[in-house]
Amino acid sequence: MTQKLSGIAASNGVAVAPAYMLVDPDLTFDKKTISDADAEKARLHSALDASIKELQQIKAVAEKSLGSEEAEVFEAHITILQDPEMIGQIEGKIDSDKVNAEEALKEITDNFIAIFEGMTDNAYMQERAADVRDVTKRVMSHLLGKNLPNPALINSEVVIVAHDLTPSDTAQLNRKFVKGFITDLGGRTSHSAIMSRTLEIPAVVGTEDATTTIKQGDKVIVDGLDGIGIVDPSDEDVTTYTKKGDDFAKQKAEWDKLKDEASVSKDGKNFTIAANIGTPDDVAAVNDNGGEAVGLFRSEFLYMDSAELPDEEKQFQAYKKAAEDMHGKQVVVRTMDIGGDKHLDYLPLPEEMNPFLGYRAIRISLKQPDLFRPQLRALLRASAFGNIAIMFPMIGTVDEFKRARAIYDEERQNLINDGVKVADHIDVGMMMEVPAAVLIADKLAKYADFFSIGTNDLIQYTFAADRGNEHVSYLYQPYNPSLLRLIKKVIDSAHAEGKWAGMCGEMAGDQVAVPLLMGMGLDEYSMSATSMLQTRSLMKKLDTKSTADLVDKALDAETNEDVADMVKQFMAGLK
Amino acid sequence: MESKDFHIIADTGLHARPATLLVQTASKFSSEINLAYDGKSVNLKSIMGVMSLGVGKDADVTISADGADEKDAISAITDTMTKEGLSD
Repeated sequence: MTQKLSGIAASNGVAVAPAYMLVDPDLTFDKKTISDADAEKARLHSALDASIKELQQIKAVAEKSLGSEEAEVFEAHITILQDPEMIGQIEGKIDSDKVNAEEALKEITDNFIAIFEGMTDNAYMQERAADVRDVTKRVMSHLLGKNLPNPALINSEVVIVAHDLTPSDTAQLNRKFVKGFITDLGGRTSHSAIMSRTLEIPAVVGTEDATTTIKQGDKVIVDGLDGIGIVDPSDEDVTTYTKKGDDFAKQKAEWDKLKDEASVSKDGKNFTIAANIGTPDDVAAVNDNGGEAVGLFRSEFLYMDSAELPDEEKQFQAYKKAAEDMHGKQVVVRTMDIGGDKHLDYLPLPEEMNPFLGYRAIRISLKQPDLFRPQLRALLRASAFGNIAIMFPMIGTVDEFKRARAIYDEERQNLINDGVKVADHIDVGMMMEVPAAVLIADKLAKYADFFSIGTNDLIQYTFAADRGNEHVSYLYQPYNPSLLRLIKKVIDSAHAEGKWAGMCGEMAGDQVAVPLLMGMGLDEYSMSATSMLQTRSLMKKLDTKSTADLVDKALDAETNEDVADMVKQFMAGLK
Repeated sequence: MESKDFHIIADTGLHARPATLLVQTASKFSSEINLAYDGKSVNLKSIMGVMSLGVGKDADVTISADGADEKDAISAITDTMTKEGLSD
């Protein structure tokens, strides 16, 4: 029977393929007293052997599809399963305590996990705890006769169905065969959503019940344009959606022709379309999609992808590579934005009641200059190799900006005194994501070289609504006149001081928001690389006069929905 | 019994990928092989044992082998240590 799921459209495109359930089976068991220890040990060994065989198979596939580096983790897993000490201890437990293999396995591996997790000064060892957990899960599934999903072994076209996708899940997926994602959890800015846009795979997230509705092998349609999933579709559905997918692909081919063109409105005003990146490797996609700048380099990924604090040299290499690969186009690097929902194992932060309102981003940098100064030095050194700009996250007061800027000026002078080459001028600006800062944007504009509006946090703080909490997700209202008025204040304040204003949140590439942002005169639009050409195509159809009129009406509206309707009507009137 | 001291120079210490290789090298020999560090001794054929020692950069460790192929074992382990940049 055909069933329909609705969720959030996370990545454009349409996919039709059988479902692959990326869902862990129930691995709970009962502790039992056994009489035949030898039989129990034999069960253990056959589970270990089966797990090793499976891992060897996965490793072989992963080497081909993902490269030898990604496959190495499986080699480490195999070594763990052959560990004489660990196996000896599990066998000893079965012999001495007369417990079933499941219980012995769990008790012994829990001990090792506790030892590794206890090494709090060593992030690498803490990660190994995850490895032990992973292999234990595999052996347990064999003991219990259940099937663990093995995404690395997928060898035909599928739609991945999951509760949520973690970075380690996605690392194992082969792009050639994965045609779409559909998940229970997540919003447009969740890891699954961002990942699917980077991979250009259609995705619908936040459906709530995808994993309970869909069964392994069911035919599934994923409509990432409108946020719809269809399980067991009719032939008619398949025809309709296949055409919808083809039309989108054609449209995309049209957009691709704009790759080398300027981002200019119908009446000849130039804008900058830029991309958000996490690592220097992402620059390739920026150039492939005709990006004119990097509007947000999330430097915290350098910290999060590392087992220890990345030193000045490591950071310098990363910033230099991004600057060089952009060939003189601007790369705006945001200084470390840790805290909130982003944690580092090697940098323990105090437990907080409200992490998003707590010790994060520039607040940490100002308090811990031992973290901040090496980052600024790395950025200054990299500035000699391209066009680097620096922005500070979470600035709320003039004083915070001045203090951050003073540390920057000091390090700049130190480097110059040491004879190190740095660029003559570097734009030093700030994120606009704290409402208090927006309200004094006119003051801040005297000190900052530019503003970049971070919409996800600005919305969260303006509406006092946790962006990860599904119960208040209705308060994610990017078109609400309250938010539009804040955005306009930022842009006008920047322009009054001859500075530029950009936006680096999801909203900058939102097709409903773009006409409003153009009407307000926003200069730079930074978004997922894959949204850039679509936005450039939209800009060409709009003129600054009529969008400014639209903004006047929108600012005077009452609700988010009213504004969205106004924009849709406006767009319909253009055709 | 053969034994040899090593000074660890790798930034990440005795973990990461090289530890796996060290364990794999040790596992090829029939001798009993132990790794001693900081008053504790573990079986060098056990990845979990080696990792649980938490050997970091600049640590001094002793590896000893006891059995028919003890000499060959120590020499193969020395090779792996040098080749992987674990020890000087």
